[in-house]
Amino acid sequence: MSAHDVHAGVAHGHEDSHHDDGPHSTFSAYIIGFFLSVVLTAIPFWLVMAKVIDSRSTAALALGAFAVVQILVHMICFLHMNGKAEGGWTMLSTIFSVIFVAVTIAGTLWVMFHMNTQMMPGHAEHAAPGATQAPAAPHGHGGAASN
Amino acid sequence: MSDTHTLHAGALPTRAYHLAHEPHAENGTALGFWLYLMSDCLIFASLFATYGVLGRRYAGGPTGAQLFDLTLVALNTAFLLMSSITFGFAMLSKQRANVRATLGWLLVTGLFGLAFIGLELYEFRHLIHEGAGPQRSAFLSSFFALVGTHGLHVSFGLIWLVVLMIQIGKHGLIRENNRRLMCLSMFWHFLDVVWIGVFTFVYLMGVLQ
Repeated sequence: MSAHDVHAGVAHGHEDSHHDDGPHSTFSAYIIGFFLSVVLTAIPFWLVMAKVIDSRSTAALALGAFAVVQILVHMICFLHMNGKAEGGWTMLSTIFSVIFVAVTIAGTLWVMFHMNTQMMPGHAEHAAPGATQAPAAPHGHGGAASN
Repeated sequence: MSDTHTLHAGALPTRAYHLAHEPHAENGTALGFWLYLMSDCLIFASLFATYGVLGRRYAGGPTGAQLFDLTLVALNTAFLLMSSITFGFAMLSKQRANVRATLGWLLVTGLFGLAFIGLELYEFRHLIHEGAGPQRSAFLSSFFALVGTHGLHVSFGLIWLVVLMIQIGKHGLIRENNRRLMCLSMFWHFLDVVWIGVFTFVYLMGVLQ
């Protein structure tokens, strides 16, 4: 009601008051997004807590897939992403960020773990945590923490 | 060489050094705020990358499987997800220009956010009490950096939420407040998206052995 009255003092030629409060949200989009998110959150938690998948890599892959799908659901249903907003600039900046994020994370992991394999043989043992735990606990409180 | 200066003035068209109509994005604030969120996304990307590298460097200390309480994390995830949908309801109330309903839903959102932060602080305190503070191992340093940065974002989002509620209470749903509400809504949903990454890659994959 009052959103349109408060135009005073704005010398802009076009009436951007209609667009300034963002895209039009719909009840159904939020509800669909919410239910999809609940399902896409519950399944990964169940997979891990009930120890459904034995293989670690298979489980990690499944968890990653659920995360990607849920992020897409949030982007579309909650953040109202589409190819047309702001003349496509929102989409373009998002694609740029996704590429940048992928390069940052994948590149870092690739470089760092590749360096591990290049380390001198004697130092490589540091990387294995579980095996060296028995004689360790150098700081006293390490034992209490693992209980 | 001096020929170029002999052009007589009449041949020059009148030049305009500014545009009569500046090119103006239809919704410049939304795009600008979105660009901020994308740059924030890069901060989280570097923190995720750091965690990816250091997440299994336990230095003989406790592992994620020993420390993480998934029930707590599931509860926290539920809080954040609930706050997302209630913020959605606040936005729908705003569209109907219903000030009281908007404030009410924002309050519910804030309470869920507060519950999230409270539970996270409880978890941090518990970890530090067990000697699993950020100084214990590279794994815990990167864990506290990543999850702490997200928690800090949520805390600032809560402060913003309270300030905006006061402003809406004072001035109603005027154009400026609607714009701020749109930005906060994007911020809040964005934090939920980051949390999906956190609970998947830090907690769930950390518990996998």
